[in-house]
Amino acid sequence: MTRLFAAIPFAIVVVLGGVFLWGLNPDRDPNEIPSVLISQPVPAFELPPVPGLETPGLAQDDLNGAPKLAVVNVFASWCVPCRAEHGVLTGLRKNEDILLFGINYKDKPEDATRWLADLGNPYDRIGSDLNGRAGIEWGISGVPETFIVSQDGVVLHRTVGPIVGDEAVAKFKAALAAARTATEGKS
Amino acid sequence: MIPEIGHFALVLALSLACVQGVLPILGAATGNRVFMASGLSTSIGQVVLIGIAFAALMRSFIVSDFTVLNVVENSHSLKPMIFKVAGTWGSHEGSLLLWVLILAVFGAGVALFARNVPAGLLARTLSVQAWISIGFLSFLLLTSNPFDRVFPPPLDGNDLNPLLQDIGLAMHPPLLYLGYVGFSIVFSFAVAALLEGRIDPAWARWVRPWTLAAWMFLTAGIALGSWWAYYELGWGGWWFWDPVENVSFMPWLLGTALLHSAIVTEKRDAFKSWTILLAILTFSLSLLGTFIVRSGLLTSVHAFAVDPERGLYILGLLGFSIGGSLALFAWRAPAMEPGGLFRPISREAGLLLNNVLLATATGSVLVGTLYPLFTEAFSGDKVSVGPPYFNAVFIPLMLPLVVAMGIGPFLSWKRADLKGVGQRLYAVAMVSAVVGLAVWYVARGGPVLAYASIAIAAWLLVATCREWASRVKLFEAPLSTSWARAKGLPRSAHGMSLAHAGLAIAMFGFIGSTAWKSEEIVFVEPGETIAIAGFEVRFDGVERVQGPNYIADRGTLAVFRGGDPVTTLFPEKRFYPAAESQTTESAIRSTPAGDLYASLATPASDEAAASGAWTLRILYEPLVNLIWIGSVLLVFGGAVSLSDRRLRIGAPRPSRQHGADPVPAE
Repeated sequence: MTRLFAAIPFAIVVVLGGVFLWGLNPDRDPNEIPSVLISQPVPAFELPPVPGLETPGLAQDDLNGAPKLAVVNVFASWCVPCRAEHGVLTGLRKNEDILLFGINYKDKPEDATRWLADLGNPYDRIGSDLNGRAGIEWGISGVPETFIVSQDGVVLHRTVGPIVGDEAVAKFKAALAAARTATEGKS
Repeated sequence: MIPEIGHFALVLALSLACVQGVLPILGAATGNRVFMASGLSTSIGQVVLIGIAFAALMRSFIVSDFTVLNVVENSHSLKPMIFKVAGTWGSHEGSLLLWVLILAVFGAGVALFARNVPAGLLARTLSVQAWISIGFLSFLLLTSNPFDRVFPPPLDGNDLNPLLQDIGLAMHPPLLYLGYVGFSIVFSFAVAALLEGRIDPAWARWVRPWTLAAWMFLTAGIALGSWWAYYELGWGGWWFWDPVENVSFMPWLLGTALLHSAIVTEKRDAFKSWTILLAILTFSLSLLGTFIVRSGLLTSVHAFAVDPERGLYILGLLGFSIGGSLALFAWRAPAMEPGGLFRPISREAGLLLNNVLLATATGSVLVGTLYPLFTEAFSGDKVSVGPPYFNAVFIPLMLPLVVAMGIGPFLSWKRADLKGVGQRLYAVAMVSAVVGLAVWYVARGGPVLAYASIAIAAWLLVATCREWASRVKLFEAPLSTSWARAKGLPRSAHGMSLAHAGLAIAMFGFIGSTAWKSEEIVFVEPGETIAIAGFEVRFDGVERVQGPNYIADRGTLAVFRGGDPVTTLFPEKRFYPAAESQTTESAIRSTPAGDLYASLATPASDEAAASGAWTLRILYEPLVNLIWIGSVLLVFGGAVSLSDRRLRIGAPRPSRQHGADPVPAE
C-alpha cells in the first residue's frame, strides 16, 4: 500500500511530461483563440439603440436575412485601439458591399455619442450593451472584436483585436472575400 | 578575446561538474575518502570558472561590446550604467548564466559550511548538485551560448526591453533565482538521503538553513516582482494569477510547507518521507517554472525567450531530474520507518494541517495554471483560467490556514491541552471580531468576505503577539524579566512571530486593496477635475521631456482634498526609440492609509492629442503598502530565524526533551 502511494507522484509526473511534450509542438500557438461561434448561427440577443443616437439598435433578427454580408464590430469609447480601427471600418463601409453593425460594449451612452460625433458614425445599426450581457453571448474576450456574418445569420469569421495596419486589413479583406464566395456558392 | 575566455571558462566548469558528478558519489559507495573530499575543490572550482564567465559577459555589457550578439540584442550605448550591468541577466542566455552561477555558489556553500554533515551524505549531495549543474551548463553551452559573436558588428544595440529597465526588475530575477536555486540544495540533500536510505532529525537540521535561505530569497523576489508590476505596468494591481506568476508562487507555497514539515522531522522524527517528497517537489516546481517561462508552453504576459527547441531540452532535463528523483522516492521511501506518534490536538497535527492546506493550495494553483494546456491536449478546446477560479479556490483554502496559524504556536508537541489554549485565545477571538466589526462600521460597502478576512487577519496578528507576549511574560512579570526572557528565547521563535505577523499585515494589504479599491478611467482635457476617494485631481496637461534613452510625455496632476492642495503627481508615458516600445511610469502618492495611483494611457486620438486630451487612469488602493511592509517582515523573520544559534553552530541537541514519554525507537 505504502509502495503504491509512494509511486503516485512519479505517475503524475509521467502524465504531465507527456502533455508538456505535446505542448511543445512548434506549430501550436497558445495565443491563437478560435471562436466557438464560427459556422454557428449568431447568438440570441437584443440590444436597444444608444440613447441620444439616431442609429437603430441591434438584435439577432437584424442579422437573419440581412440584405448584405454583415460586419459586426464590438467597440467602446474607452477603448484606445478602437479609435485607430475606426478609420479602417469607415473605409470598409464606404468601399465594400457590406452592412456595418456595432455593439457598443460597456460604454456610457453620452461617451459613445460624443465619440461618434467626434469621429463620425459609419454604423448602420448600433446596439448598446451596457452590462456586457450580449458580449458574453458572443463570447468576446476584449474590445475591439469584429465578426463577419452571412446573410442567413451564420458567423463566418472573427478577428480579435483591432484591424489596424496593412497586414491586419489585408487579412480581414481576404476573410470578407472568402465569406462572399462561400455565401454566393450556397445561394 | 574576453568573451572567448568566458566561453572557455564555461566549458571548463562543465568538465569539472562532470568530475564532481562521479567522484564523490563513487567515493561514498566504495569508502574512498580522497574521492569523497574532492567535492570541495571541484565545487569551488566551478564557482570560480562560472564567475569568470559571468564577469566576462558583464564586461561586454559594461563596455557595450557590440561584437557580442547578446549585447547587441539587449543593450544600447546610451542606456544608464546600472541597466547595462543589469542587462547581463536581462536576456534568456544571461539569466541562465546567472542561474548556473547561483547554483555553483550554493554548491560551494554546502561544501564549505556543512562541517557537521557526515562525509558520505555530503559527498552524495555534492554529486547530485553536480548533476543539476551538468544539465544546465550543457543546456547553456549547446542551445543558448551567451558569448556568440556577430559579424559585422552593428553600430548600436537594440536596447533592453524598456519594461525591464527598472531598478525593481533589475533585482527581481537574481532574488527569484536565489530562491529557486536555493531549493536545489534541499533537493540534492533529499536525493542523497534517499540514496543512503536514511533520514534522521540531524538531516532535517542540516537542510533547514538552506530551506530558510531559499524561502527568504523567493519571498523577496516574488514581493519585488509584484511591487514592480504594481508601479510599472500601470494597471494598478499587484497580482494577476498569470502563469508566470503562478510558477514562482507554487515553489513558495510548497517551500513554506517544507519549512514547517522539516520542523516536525527535526523535533519529532516524524513526517520523514513527506518532508523528502516536499523537498523534491519544491525544487521540481522551481524547474517547472524555468521550463514554462522559457518554452512558450502557455500564453503569458511575460513573453521571454520563447523557443520550443530549448523547451525540449529543458523538458528532457526535467524528465530526468524530476522523474528520476520521484522514481527513487517510489523505490526507497516505503522503507523509511514512521517516526513519533501524536494526538489529533498537538503541534504536529497543527503542522500537518498546515501542510495539507498548503499542498492543496499548490495543487489548485498547478491545476489552474495547466488546465488550459490539458483541455487543449485532450479536447482541443482553448480555455483560459483567470482570477475568478483562483480566488474561488485559493481564498477558502488560505483562510482556514490563517486561522490555524493563530492557534498552532500555542499547541505543545505530542498532546496539547485544547481547553487551556482556548482560554488563552478567547480574548484574541473577541478582539479580532471587534476589529472586523469596526472596519465594517467605518467602511460599509464591499463584500462580507472582506470583513471576515479582516477579522481573520486581525486574529492572526493578535494571536501571534499574544503568543510572543506569553513566552516573554510581557505584562505578567516585571519588564526586566520580560527583557531577559526575550533575550533568552531562541531566535527561531522570534523569527516565527515576525514572519507570522508579517503575513497578517500583508493580508490587511491584500484585502484592503482588493475589496475597497476605487478606479476611474476617464478621458480628460487640461483643466478638468476628477473626484476619487475623497480627492479632487486636476489634470493640468502633458508636456514632452527628454530622458537619456527615451522621450516621455509627462502629465501634471494637481491633487486636492477638500480644496487644500495635497500633492502634485507626474505620471509619464515613455517611448524608447531604440527598442521601439513604450512604458508607463505611474505616479503614486503613498500613505499608510492607501495609495493614490495615476497613470497615463495614450492620447485618445491624433486630434485629441492636439488639444491636449488624454485617457487617464486613477486608482485609490487602500492599505496596499501593507503588502510590501508585511513582505519585508516575512523576509526579516526568516533572517532572524536563520541566525538562530542551533543553525549557526549546528550543535546536536537532543530532540526528545520536549515529551516526557519515550519515543518509539527508530
